[in-house]
Amino acid sequence: MTMTTRKENRRGLSRRAALRAGAGLLAAPAIMKVATAQTSGAFNWRRFAGQSIEVSLTLGPRANVLRAHEKEFTELTGIKVGSEAVPEQQHRQQVVIQFNSGNPQFDVLTVSLHVQKRLVGKAKWLHDMKPLLADSQLTAPDYDFPDFTGGGLRWATQGDGRMDTLPLNIDPWMIYYNKELFAARGLAFPKTFEEIVMAAEKLTDKASGQFGWVSRGLKNANVPVWTSFMLGYDVDPVNTKTIQLQTMTDGAIAAADYYKKLNREFAPPGTVGFNWNEAQTSFSQGKIGMWIDGIGFAPPLEDPTKSRIVGKVGYGVMPQGPKARHSATFADGIGIPVASKKREAAYLYCQWATSKLMCNRLLQSGGGSPCRASSYTNPEVVAGIKLPREWLQCLQDSAAIGRQGLPEIVPVTEFRDVFGVGLTNTLGGADARAEMQKATEAFTPVLAKSEA
Amino acid sequence: MTAPIAAAAARGYGRNYLPFAYPALAITAMVIVFPWLFTLFMSAHEWKIGSPREFVGFANYVKLAGDPRFLESIGHTLWFTLLSVVLPIAFGTGAALVFNERFPLRGFCRAVFILPMMATPVAVALVWKMMFHPQLGVLNYILTSVGLPPSLWHTSIDTVIPTLVMVEVWHWTPLVMLIVLGGLAAAPTEPYESARLDGANAWQMFRYITLPLIMPFVVLAVVIRTIDALKAFDTIFVISEGGPGTASETINIYLYLQAFAFYNIGYASAIVVVFFVLIIVLAMVLLWLRQKSKWS
Repeated sequence: MTMTTRKENRRGLSRRAALRAGAGLLAAPAIMKVATAQTSGAFNWRRFAGQSIEVSLTLGPRANVLRAHEKEFTELTGIKVGSEAVPEQQHRQQVVIQFNSGNPQFDVLTVSLHVQKRLVGKAKWLHDMKPLLADSQLTAPDYDFPDFTGGGLRWATQGDGRMDTLPLNIDPWMIYYNKELFAARGLAFPKTFEEIVMAAEKLTDKASGQFGWVSRGLKNANVPVWTSFMLGYDVDPVNTKTIQLQTMTDGAIAAADYYKKLNREFAPPGTVGFNWNEAQTSFSQGKIGMWIDGIGFAPPLEDPTKSRIVGKVGYGVMPQGPKARHSATFADGIGIPVASKKREAAYLYCQWATSKLMCNRLLQSGGGSPCRASSYTNPEVVAGIKLPREWLQCLQDSAAIGRQGLPEIVPVTEFRDVFGVGLTNTLGGADARAEMQKATEAFTPVLAKSEA
Repeated sequence: MTAPIAAAAARGYGRNYLPFAYPALAITAMVIVFPWLFTLFMSAHEWKIGSPREFVGFANYVKLAGDPRFLESIGHTLWFTLLSVVLPIAFGTGAALVFNERFPLRGFCRAVFILPMMATPVAVALVWKMMFHPQLGVLNYILTSVGLPPSLWHTSIDTVIPTLVMVEVWHWTPLVMLIVLGGLAAAPTEPYESARLDGANAWQMFRYITLPLIMPFVVLAVVIRTIDALKAFDTIFVISEGGPGTASETINIYLYLQAFAFYNIGYASAIVVVFFVLIIVLAMVLLWLRQKSKWS
């Protein structure tokens, strides 16, 4: 040390010290900018540059859009992202097990709100986004939070007022129909549940392998079809205020009978074993009149390499039921585990994922319906959508009549399983009331225990 | 004097060499004994992920005894296992007898025959699922092309288990063939020469010479196939997910649902324990059969 000091003293300023000082001078503006941002309250995307975060996504179009532009996020923030996309069911299981371990291996995750909202909310596994949104140092000035739709925000907000996710996507259910088959029979898209049956009947010609209707029938996957009809009878499966099942009401039984009629009389054989992919494959071959499912299946139907009905697909809003008109909706959010040690960097990712730019990209890809109003009104964004305008209109109209398609309870998967078995038996010919009675008796104690 | 000396030597041997077994014992304790004890411990609790754990004693076992879905799943498991063992054994033994004969391109044909065994079960299940599609699958196309009615395959309560067994048979018959072929290759030729001299026909030679000679190998194949069929999960989950309804829900599928879909870890642990007992009983029976079938 003494030697060095003496040397520097002798030579005045060493070359290394001069270089160091020069670099310091060059970097000074940037350092000052960051320091000012940190102390003055100004937002800076690069504030957490150098950190790394792990992102756990549900495999699907939303994850594809996010992962395709991940590098942009790293360039913008200097935060490295390690992401994985896991198939839906396995993702739900994986994140619950990791949360329960107390040490989840991810800093950001997507949450299927229609299945896991109450579970993650009750366990308080996720950070409340509200304080983060209110922090001007952490939230970009152009984030434009009021741009989020009321529906999206309701999905993201827990019963106690905490918002533990940011809304990422809403999936309203609607009816795809084959315009060519409808035109050949001189039919218009049905306006009521009754007209669905009438149209399905006219479109069905079993001898030629043509059917008026197709939908999921497989246990668990079939429950949203039933609840879609149930909403037309103005009934929710569970009264969320009293936490009582409403599955033995006349509306619920009528919905099960209606589902049974459509699938047994006008659908191809074997739909009790169909999930969305089998139904989609059948519909895309051009011999099915109508298919009820989520709005996100338009891209494969309009893809000539996967579909025989490109340009012939009609997009119909759920018709009027006997008592009400609703589109069953499902949603995804994006959140940050309480256990994450990189909360701020993770929050920047969530902001970026739900920014106007990313929402616009999601809408244009056709793989989802973002929760920002501006995405649907921005003419440039709309012009960039490759799917037909009819699809966009259907999406907007369906969202306008949206109502939760699954009950907001902890054991949603068990609900789907127990009632799914009853519905499969019903579709197989069993009495709807007896099956719903059995399922209701089996699920009542599960629900009671979950809320105890 | 000799016996005490031998015993003392044995004690010394144990004392000197036992430490070498400690690492293996420790690993066995960690990966086999501890998980088992923990499963037993969990089965005496009611624990749903995200909720506190509560000691319930034998309540989970009592609940299992009255759980219609669990009881139904035992029936499905045994039916699926029976078919998935008997059919590959019959076809595999037949194939081994054919491939034991000399004919042109025998080696090539053997290689082609064992190809299914090399594919991963999930990939196999996905391909078969596409072929089973009631309207668009190639299997119904073939059936209708030859004038037969189409089948509903995995989408019907009546045909789902035979359909799943069909995939198992396609996948695992080659394994049985290989095992039995090994037995045939090891069989002595002298009994056949004597039988021919005595005027025995082909059936008599098979019934009284070949079958007893290959029986230990057949029993070995039965043991392997039984364990595999009882464990079957991936094929069933990918093709039918235990459905339609609960028509193909085996113990494994029900266990998976309870543990990973409903997060009932305590109840799922009780299912594991009961399933383990069932497997042990079956294994004992099979091992007894194997002992009986050994060449004397």
